[in-house]
Amino acid sequence: MKLYFKFVAMQLKCQMQYKASFFMMALGQFLVSFTAFLSIFFLFTRFHTVQDYSFSEILICFSVILTSFSLTECFVRGFDVFPRLIQSGNLDRILVRPRGEIFQVLTSTIEFSRVGRFLQAAAMLIYAIPASGIAWTPDKIFTLLLMLIGGIAVFSGLFILYAALSFFTIEGLEFMNIFTDGSREFGRYPLSVYGEGILKFYTYIIPIALFQYYPFLYLIGRSDDFRLSLLPLLGFLFVIPCYAFFRFGLRHYQSTGS
Amino acid sequence: MIELRHIQKTFRVSRRSAGLSQAVKSLFRREYETVNALQDVSFTIRDGEMVGYIGPNGAGKSSTIKIMSGVLTPDGGECTINGRVPWKERTAHVREIGVVFGQRSQLWWDVPVIDSFELIRDIYRVDSQAYHKTLSRLTELLQIGEIVKTPARQLSLGQRMRCEIAASLLHNPKILFLDEPTIGLDAVSKLAVRDFIRAINRENGTTVILTTHDMQDIEALTERILLIGKGRILLDGSLSDLKARNSSHKTLTVAYEGGVLPSWEEITVKENKEGRAVLSVDTRTLSISEAISRISAAVGVKDISVTGESIDELVVSLYQEFAI
Repeated sequence: MKLYFKFVAMQLKCQMQYKASFFMMALGQFLVSFTAFLSIFFLFTRFHTVQDYSFSEILICFSVILTSFSLTECFVRGFDVFPRLIQSGNLDRILVRPRGEIFQVLTSTIEFSRVGRFLQAAAMLIYAIPASGIAWTPDKIFTLLLMLIGGIAVFSGLFILYAALSFFTIEGLEFMNIFTDGSREFGRYPLSVYGEGILKFYTYIIPIALFQYYPFLYLIGRSDDFRLSLLPLLGFLFVIPCYAFFRFGLRHYQSTGS
Repeated sequence: MIELRHIQKTFRVSRRSAGLSQAVKSLFRREYETVNALQDVSFTIRDGEMVGYIGPNGAGKSSTIKIMSGVLTPDGGECTINGRVPWKERTAHVREIGVVFGQRSQLWWDVPVIDSFELIRDIYRVDSQAYHKTLSRLTELLQIGEIVKTPARQLSLGQRMRCEIAASLLHNPKILFLDEPTIGLDAVSKLAVRDFIRAINRENGTTVILTTHDMQDIEALTERILLIGKGRILLDGSLSDLKARNSSHKTLTVAYEGGVLPSWEEITVKENKEGRAVLSVDTRTLSISEAISRISAAVGVKDISVTGESIDELVVSLYQEFAI
């Protein structure tokens, strides 16, 4: 863990070398997600509810997705840019060092400029928490935290899956963005608004709904079943097959010629 | 102790002909070809040896290094290094080896080199006393005391290579793999790097395995040569074996005045004009001393020099002999 912070410090030193670039990236990230927020905001100035969900309820949903996604993007970015790691041959370097592969991939890239997106998400969450009218009893706070953590787990799993696939096709796998960026975009609204099919897909195939939709129902009082709030924990199970697939890919690693 | 037995590795490479239409076609149906990078590689290297691993491009040098350093898993065969199988006990294995990939950096690009060194120290869990001892010795030998305070991106290639080598030795590895360590370096840096490699091998007993295309590296550093071609070890022997085997021909360069060079059966005249002659002698049929006495009997010799085949020529003739 101590070593992790040393890597963080190293990455910070490197990225601070390019101050202007860093701040512009952060600002850009902020603006991009801010327009997403505006689109929801204007939608609600015309229609006051979407499938009976109020504006502040949707906002909770949106900010949970965005917070967990931006945190994942910041700290699990190494897997997101994994094809680059293979192409540049830096994976070879990682493999000749006596530390776990996962740990080293995680520390190979830490994207602090994603802080822009994170601040946006955090601000929205801070606004939505009192505005939603939810009585914040300990179980509700617990549910919210689990949602965030579960979200990080599922998004990390997706990134690892993406990285694992790149062992087999060195080229970037843009179609995987449907699942990562796509999930983020879909996840702005409670997944039930898209209909039964999408909800099932995001429950059983890519378990976004496990940390977004079901515990959200408990959070806003549509359901009294406390078990729903524990569902994000199942999201952690999603990481296991992703990790196993990554290990499988690593054994078939071909490296690049030199 | 490094032992490789019947190591095999194949790669699947996609192939297509040139042209846009072919590129579009390959989007849908791709043709793959299996390349046998390593067909049957076996050798043993004892502790403290310094071995030159040579062969033309694409012969499988880097693949072998990557298998020995635990990066690649071979398709077949056995490899044990200090009693471990590299790709099975990767972390324990890599703690005892140092690897320099000549064309890739292991330093963090934007920070002073010393910061990279400190992070590497933490990665390898080197205790601080041992680290300072090793570091001061390395900085002295490689003369990098001043340049370690500079960010890696501002270093010249020669300076960076010296820092790379230092970085891979901070944890005092038992084995050092150098994949083209002198590539692109100027004469001065090359000499510095060679001196250093020799010193580390002699004083620390570090086993050094070196791939290179620079035959001067081989001549200056290694006693033993492994020649690989088309995924097989073609030759395993000492440099002098290799020379003895291939350099039965010696070249005599003679400057003379007066007299005319006659032609002998055993001596071929390659060049002869304006009192300077280049002659080739097959030492299996005629000894050098006999050749010289014949020449000096015929003409007034001003200067004479005897050279064997250069190592570059030797290697080229080896490639030809094995048709690689």
